[in-house]
Formats: sequence, C-alpha cells, structure tokens
Amino acid sequence: MTTTPATDTAADRARDTVPTARPAHFAAAPAGPAAPGGDAHVEAEGFSIFYRATEAVKGVSLRIPRHRVTAIIGPSGCGKSTLLRAVNRMNDLIPGCRTKGALRLDREDVYDPRVDVVALRRRVGMVFQKPNPFPKSIFDNVAYGPRLHAGGGRREMSDVVERSLRKAALWDEVKDRLEQNALGLSGGQQQRLCLARALAVEPEVLLMDEPTSALDPKATARIEDLIDELRSTYTILIVTHNMQQAARVSDLTAFLYEGVLIEFGVTNRLFTKPEKKQTEDYITGRFG
Amino acid sequence: MELRTRHLLDRSFSAVGLLSIAAMALSLLVLILPIAVRGARAFAFRGTAEWRRMQLELFGRGDADAVRAEQRRAAAAKQPVVDAWAAFERELEGRPDAERRRLQAAARSLRPALAELLGPLPGEAEPALPRNRYGQTRWDRALVKWQAVKFRTEWDYSDPAAGGKKVLVPRARDFRGTALEPAFDHLERHLAEILRPRWTFYGRFLTDVAKDAHFFGGIGPEVLGTLYLTLGAMLFAVPIGVLSAIYLVEYAGENMVISGLRTFISTLAGVPSIVFGLFGLAFFLNTLRVSPSKSVLAGSLTLALLILPTVIRASEEALLAVPRTYKEAALALGSGRWATIVKVILPAALPGILTGIVISMGRAAGETAPIIFTAAVSVGLPLTPAQTLTEPTPALPWNIYNLCTEHEAVDEIRHVQYGMVFTLVALVLLLNLAAIGFRARIARNLRG
Repeated sequence: MTTTPATDTAADRARDTVPTARPAHFAAAPAGPAAPGGDAHVEAEGFSIFYRATEAVKGVSLRIPRHRVTAIIGPSGCGKSTLLRAVNRMNDLIPGCRTKGALRLDREDVYDPRVDVVALRRRVGMVFQKPNPFPKSIFDNVAYGPRLHAGGGRREMSDVVERSLRKAALWDEVKDRLEQNALGLSGGQQQRLCLARALAVEPEVLLMDEPTSALDPKATARIEDLIDELRSTYTILIVTHNMQQAARVSDLTAFLYEGVLIEFGVTNRLFTKPEKKQTEDYITGRFG
Repeated sequence: MELRTRHLLDRSFSAVGLLSIAAMALSLLVLILPIAVRGARAFAFRGTAEWRRMQLELFGRGDADAVRAEQRRAAAAKQPVVDAWAAFERELEGRPDAERRRLQAAARSLRPALAELLGPLPGEAEPALPRNRYGQTRWDRALVKWQAVKFRTEWDYSDPAAGGKKVLVPRARDFRGTALEPAFDHLERHLAEILRPRWTFYGRFLTDVAKDAHFFGGIGPEVLGTLYLTLGAMLFAVPIGVLSAIYLVEYAGENMVISGLRTFISTLAGVPSIVFGLFGLAFFLNTLRVSPSKSVLAGSLTLALLILPTVIRASEEALLAVPRTYKEAALALGSGRWATIVKVILPAALPGILTGIVISMGRAAGETAPIIFTAAVSVGLPLTPAQTLTEPTPALPWNIYNLCTEHEAVDEIRHVQYGMVFTLVALVLLLNLAAIGFRARIARNLRG
C-alpha cells in the first residue's frame, strides 16, 4: 500500500492490526473484472447505462461482496457516479436514461419493472458529493426517513435519531442543539449529518458519491474513520477522485475508464501490482 | 478596456440604479402622502355640535344629556339669527311691492344655504332625508358653506372676450337696511359658538354602515365586502394555483401540450380585467347560475380566475428555485414523490409561493372591473358569511369609483372618498407587510 506514516489513518491501522477482519478468499481471489467470489451483495452483469444515445457505462460486470468497502475510481466522466447511482436508481430522475443488462441486489434485478423503487432506496442509502441536509432542524433531518416508513412516537424517534447520530459520530457535537437548523452546521458536520440521515433508514448498502470532495482534510479524515467503523455492518460503495482515499478506506477497488471496467480487485493488489497498463498509468498519475 | 473606463462605467451604472430607486421612492411618497393626509381626515376632523347630534340620533352614540345641553347652548347662540329672520319676514309686509319681491327672491336663495350650514330653522317641518336634517357636521365643510351664505355668485358677461366672469356678491348688501342685515355679522363672529367645532376621532368610520348614501356614517360594508372578496378569491385561486404549479413542475414532462398550456397561462395574465368581469357575468352568473343575483361568490370566482396565472407563475418559479439536491436527498431516503413534494419541496418553496400569493391578494383587493358585473353594489349592509353565497356587496374599489363619479353630491363627501382610498391602500399595505413578516420568518427558519 502506498501510504506514508503521515497519511496513515484509522482505517489502515484497523486493517493492519486486525488482519482476520478479511476472509481468506479475498487474498486468494483472482484479480480482474471477474471479481472476487463469495457472497455478492450487489452484482452487475453486462450492465450498460445510456443517456439517450450516449453509452455512459459499457457492459460492466462485477460482484460486490457483502460488508466490504468497494471503491470505484477513474478519471472525470468515466461513468463511475452513473454506475453508483444505478444501484438505488437515482438515474431514474434523468430523462432519457435507460439500462441494459442486469444489476442485482441480493440476486434480485434492480431494474425489474416490478421493483418498488421506494423500497429499494430504503435498502440502499446514499450520501452525496455536496452535503445536502434539508433546511430543517437536525432532529427532523435524521428523523425524516424513519418518519416516512414507520409512524413511531416521539420517544422511539429520539432513540433512532440518537443511535444514527452516534453511528455518524456527530451525537456529542449536536446533542444540545437538535432543534437548531441543520444548515447552521459546518460542512463536515453537515456531511456526517447526511450520513446519519441515511443510516437512520437502516439500509443494507451505502452509496457514497465523492463524499469528501467538498470537505477539508480534517473533516475528510473523520468521514474516512466513519467508513472504517461502518464496514462491518454495511456494504459500502464509494466513488472517489482521490486515489489515496481509495487506497486508505477500501477493501476492493474498481477502475473505470470511459465507461468500461478495466480492472477490479483487492485494493492492495490493484494499487501495488495492477494487471492492466491503463490502471498502472492512472494510479501513477500519467493521466486522469 | 482601460481600467479608468471600466471604473467610470461601473460608477455610472450604480449612479443610474440609485437614481431610479430614488425616483421610485419619491413617486411613491408623492402618491401615498396626499392619500394619507386627506384620507386621515375621514378619521380625525373637527366635528360640530351637529355631528354629535347626528351620532346620537342616527347611531345612538354619545351622552344624550351632554348633547342636549350643547344643543341648547348652540340654539342660544343661533337665536339672534332666528329672531332676525322672523323680524325680517314681519317687516317684509310693509315694504313696497318691487322691493318686497326683490327681498323675497334674495331670501329664497339664502334660506337653503343657511339651512345647509345650520340645519333646518325652527318652525320648519322635519326633512325626510337625514342629509337635510342636520347642519354641517364637519367644521371644514361648515366654513365652505358659510362662504355660500355670506356670498352669492353672479356671472359678469360685460367683457365678451373673457366670457363669463365669476363675481362674489356679499348677501349682506342684498339685505341692507333690513332686520336680516345684522345676522350676517352675527354669524361671522359667532359661527364657532353655534357649531362648536371640536377635534373628533372617528375610528368607527371603518365599521359603521353608511347613512343616506354616504352623507353620514362609515364604510363598514365596503371594508367587509373587500375582505370577503379577497379571501374568497384566495380560497379558490391558491389551492388550484399551487397544485397546478406542482403538476407543471414536478409531474408534467416537456411536450407540446404542456408548453402550449404555459403560453396560455402567461397570456391569461395579460387579459384586461374588464374581460374577466364580463366573462364572470356570462359564465358564473348567466351560465352556471352560481347565485340568483350578483354575489360575493361570483365575484370571488371571477377574481380567482384573474389572479390564477400570477399564482401559478410565482409558485412555479418558487418550486423551480428549490435546490435539486433537496429532492435527491429525499428520494434517496426512500421518500415517495408526493412525500418529497409535501415535506421537502413545498416547505422550501413556501417563501416564494407566499410572495406570489400576496401580490395577487393586493391585486384581488384592488380590482374594480371584475366585480362590477359580478359582485358589487353601491349601497348595502354588511353581509354574514352565509349571505356571501347569494348576496352582492359594496366593496372599496367599486365604491371609490362610484362615489367619485356617480354620486349625486360628489363634492360633499370628498372625505369619504379619500377615506376609502386610504383604507384600501392601507389594507393592501397591511396585507403585504404581514406577508413580508411571515415570509421573513419562514426564510429564517430555512436558512438556519
């Protein structure tokens, strides 16, 4: 791994000190688009996404294992965000967007016409590039999802909110001002609030679309620490521009270039011994 | 471009902007100030003893004993005039025929002027109309009427080039040498003792009914009618307008029908209001027969149609201005479309929607043409909410027009006209202020 002591994060430390956290088949798994085996939580098979005539994602096949952090890297416009947004069908908002092939969540096709999109999005939470809390109180932000799905009394709701905020490591900072407007928080706090808001719905999969690109280094480190803490209970997909970040936080990395999945494998291996020339060029900074 | 040129351009732009704002503020002041000053005279003026008698007799207000005592003092001050008149009539008999006829004619023209100033002289039959039963109730009007007693107008046609020239002839000269002559002098010196002007605040102008075609009383039914019509219009226009905007922004795609619809809505906003008025008459009253006659209901529906385009447009703009990220966040949390709209988008768009509603409200309150044929009458009593479904009502904009143009004595009731204008402007201003405050509070909650 290409980390220096200066950028050593909790994520790295955790992995270094607890090697058993990784199942053996990861190391044994063959690298490349065939993807590591095991229990695939999200699985794409010949999956393409079109914006009208443009093919943004081209026949991607990959299997994303349960309770791991998978990073998707690649240069701007390579289709990594598009691929990410396909998992909870946020692309439905874009007119003229259609798909081909299969994208499965727990072996069920996400794009099956019978799928209830609202139910799908409850299972697949998302954190966006820019912090986007609602212009409501901190409490109401976190309670938004739970209130939609379960009624629940104020008391239960308080528990959910506290639990979610604790998971997002925000509780201690905001517990005395839950009724204040969320827009009064700092950028880093807002992003953790968005994370708490997503966690409050209790999803299985967490999509993160460049979650730290609008944050300063300190706030970025906190989010990365959080990702590390959440990896045991959630399947996390993170799109990032920052290759150090991918190396720090992810177990697996997929490299996408011009809509094509070039290489997919264990992060450590991909960054140290990439199989494809393009991957090597990208991670060494020759383009991108 | 050179730096100096750029600076010069910048400065001239800001100067022009500042100037136009100053011009706007000035014209607003020029408009509002006279309205406020003259309108205030409907509420605060010097009321005479006749005013207090009128209030007691027509509205049952005031201390009856005090008013009677004041009337006695006023009568005592007036007595010399009454005596002079009686003496004058007696001495007429002894005059030569020609002079008697001249004096009788002069007296015939003086007597109504005197009655207008002081009220009917003792011994006359009680007039049928309240306006003839009292002398001048307002001191400012009394001074005008005194001039009409003191002078008669003659037209001098001696110079054909100049046409007729108005000449004021003192009536005292007509009655020179008669018993009536000193009465003018007495009135001149003791008018204030007879009419006893006193500063009066008439707050109930806003709620009183009008007596005798607005000669006396207030504008209660007009204010109430305007409120009914405005609220009624809002009742119809706001839900329909906001829902239409939501449909157009959140549900409708981009196709020929929808863009055609948008064009229609914009066009509708530019249709002259009199066309809406006639349409309201033809459609709501003659075709749908929503009520047996003109009614607040029909007027509200017509006004609602008039402001609907504004409400839709403003709501659309406000909805479009809500950051897309809010919508994305809500949808990503498993929020359905409707829940997203109701819980996230609509609250965030509320300040903008409110602004549109308030602008429309001001318009609905002030529009005259749409209610002429559908809701407004010149004279009426305050309606109960149930009556609004079937009965027409007086309303400020229509009655301002009516009192200024079609009233039999336009000049006598200027204070009522200005009072109405002032009230209407204040009403619209108040609505706006309330909404601005409301909007600011919501915006503050949204900003955090």
